[in-house]
Amino acid sequence: MSSKILSKDKLDAFLQGLKGARDVFAPAMVEGKVGWAAVEQASDMLTEFSNTEMSPKDFFFPQTECMMRFKNASGDPEGMIMMAEPALARPRALMNIRPCDAKAFQVLDLIFVQDEMTNDLYWRDKRERTACIGLACNDPCPTCFCTSVNCGPHHEAGLDLLLVDLGDKYLVKVLNDKGAELAKDLPAAAAGDEAKAAELKIAAEAKITGGVSMDQVKSREVMELYEAGHWDRVQESCLNCGTCTFCCPTCHCFDIQDEVQGESGRRVRNWDTCMSWLFTMHGTGHNPRGTKKDRVRQRFMHKFKYIPVKRGGEIGCVGCGRCVQLCPVNIDVRRVVNDMNA
Amino acid sequence: MRNTYIPYPVRIKQTRVETEDKQLKSFLFEFMRDEDAEAFKYMPGQFAELSVSGYGEIPIGIASSPTEGKDLLFTVNKVGAVSTRLHNMKAGDVMGVRGPLGNSYPLKANEGKNIVIVAGGFAVTTLRSTMNWLLHPDNRAKYGDITFIYGARTPGMLLYTEEWTAWQKSGQAKVCVTIDREAPGWSGLVGFVPTVTEQTAPNPDNAIALICGPPIMIKFTQPVFDKLGWKSDQIIMSLENRMKCGIGICGRCNVGPEYVCKDGPVFTKTQLDRLPREY
Repeated sequence: MSSKILSKDKLDAFLQGLKGARDVFAPAMVEGKVGWAAVEQASDMLTEFSNTEMSPKDFFFPQTECMMRFKNASGDPEGMIMMAEPALARPRALMNIRPCDAKAFQVLDLIFVQDEMTNDLYWRDKRERTACIGLACNDPCPTCFCTSVNCGPHHEAGLDLLLVDLGDKYLVKVLNDKGAELAKDLPAAAAGDEAKAAELKIAAEAKITGGVSMDQVKSREVMELYEAGHWDRVQESCLNCGTCTFCCPTCHCFDIQDEVQGESGRRVRNWDTCMSWLFTMHGTGHNPRGTKKDRVRQRFMHKFKYIPVKRGGEIGCVGCGRCVQLCPVNIDVRRVVNDMNA
Repeated sequence: MRNTYIPYPVRIKQTRVETEDKQLKSFLFEFMRDEDAEAFKYMPGQFAELSVSGYGEIPIGIASSPTEGKDLLFTVNKVGAVSTRLHNMKAGDVMGVRGPLGNSYPLKANEGKNIVIVAGGFAVTTLRSTMNWLLHPDNRAKYGDITFIYGARTPGMLLYTEEWTAWQKSGQAKVCVTIDREAPGWSGLVGFVPTVTEQTAPNPDNAIALICGPPIMIKFTQPVFDKLGWKSDQIIMSLENRMKCGIGICGRCNVGPEYVCKDGPVFTKTQLDRLPREY
């Protein structure tokens, strides 16, 4: 589709336009860290940042979310019956999403919405009512490896608009009808602007040197990868702490729990982690993934083999590098995948 | 589009303690709304999440057959918080059922064949459903010989005794029920399921076997089938794993790339031979 131009001195006007119909969130300094926050004016937004510490997945898949409620009164005619929680009240816009995090939304769309039965309305409603505006990376981090996992610093998947920083202005790539509506008042880009963005894209991609190879992972059978020897090395250092699963933009495992306070009860879902031994433990005490090795292997196999097998080759990793930065024992996902591929 | 996490409200119509140790109890549920009963279309082998508000949900195989009407039967082992609460509930209480979930035994795809059913302990539940479905007048003529092999530790641990006795008497199926050791008042077969299976010697020609039981039973029954010349794609098994969502998202029941809740719980041995033993 077409490209538009957003001059940086018009950024606030653009933001105020968005705010007419939506709550707007963007990367900002939150308690000394780069996080996501509601923004009122352009000056609230960070423009020079690598990426937020946590991914924005929780706008669609909150760390804790009420799914339904019930009246905890068995004598009441409506008591104990689960009633759906109302959907998001006001539409949202997310500004300055990094392309890897947006790509993760698209991966998760394939998992949360598969068919009539596997049709997660909590995820879907929020996705449909949120505008996603990306900010291309011109300076990737040393831990970035998006280009080797079907993504890239200027990737467009999962976005409605992609902004490319051209210095005093942004090139605004319009990616679908929703994006066209958001950018309808912006002036059209000149051919020179598009050419400059294309150069920046090539330059950004060239800055990403570390990566993963997956050709063998793709062609090998599940059991060959599962039984490979290198898992013993990975599990030696892994603490099963789950940090990687919480910061990961594609990790989506969850638990469902009931909570009761007096006459009000609710069923909530919370982020969970495949690193926990309780995660798979049967009521009888039997545990199909009873060892640390079983659990750490599950995480990598899920992302790099099981999701591709089931979701038409899509990879459950977008190369954001958060787990590389945050792992307390320096397990590097790139090394693990390259060992799987060796 | 329906929110598939919201359980259908049901009322407990009847409860029955099934075993002498009182660990297994059956619950018959009736839907509170006719349209929900209409929407709940299932086949033997499928399961549902039983929802007890304030306690949570548990995935349990459906023991009733759709040929028995709209009410649903489940037999529940008392192990955790939800099942313990459920055991303390009584007729008239309101709870929820979410489903039907998972795939089913491939009965329609195997019309014309002999069916061998092997059940151990309380894993017999979805096979009760299967037997009732197969023996229904609409379906019985579409299948050859039906053999039902079922074992439990003691006579008091056998489920659905009235029913399998009736199947035996009807002559519609060969019924081989066994207990582990001799017991007073028991005149039937004695011995473990693998031994009884070997004695029964089911013929692999034009047949499928549906096997459901504890891991130890499956471990020793499989070689018997191998010895009798059965191929892996004729052997069909049902798995269970810890579950939450029941619809293939939440990440805990998978065995390799396959979600037990969505791609299973029913798998052929050919499929399982290519997967990690994470069950």
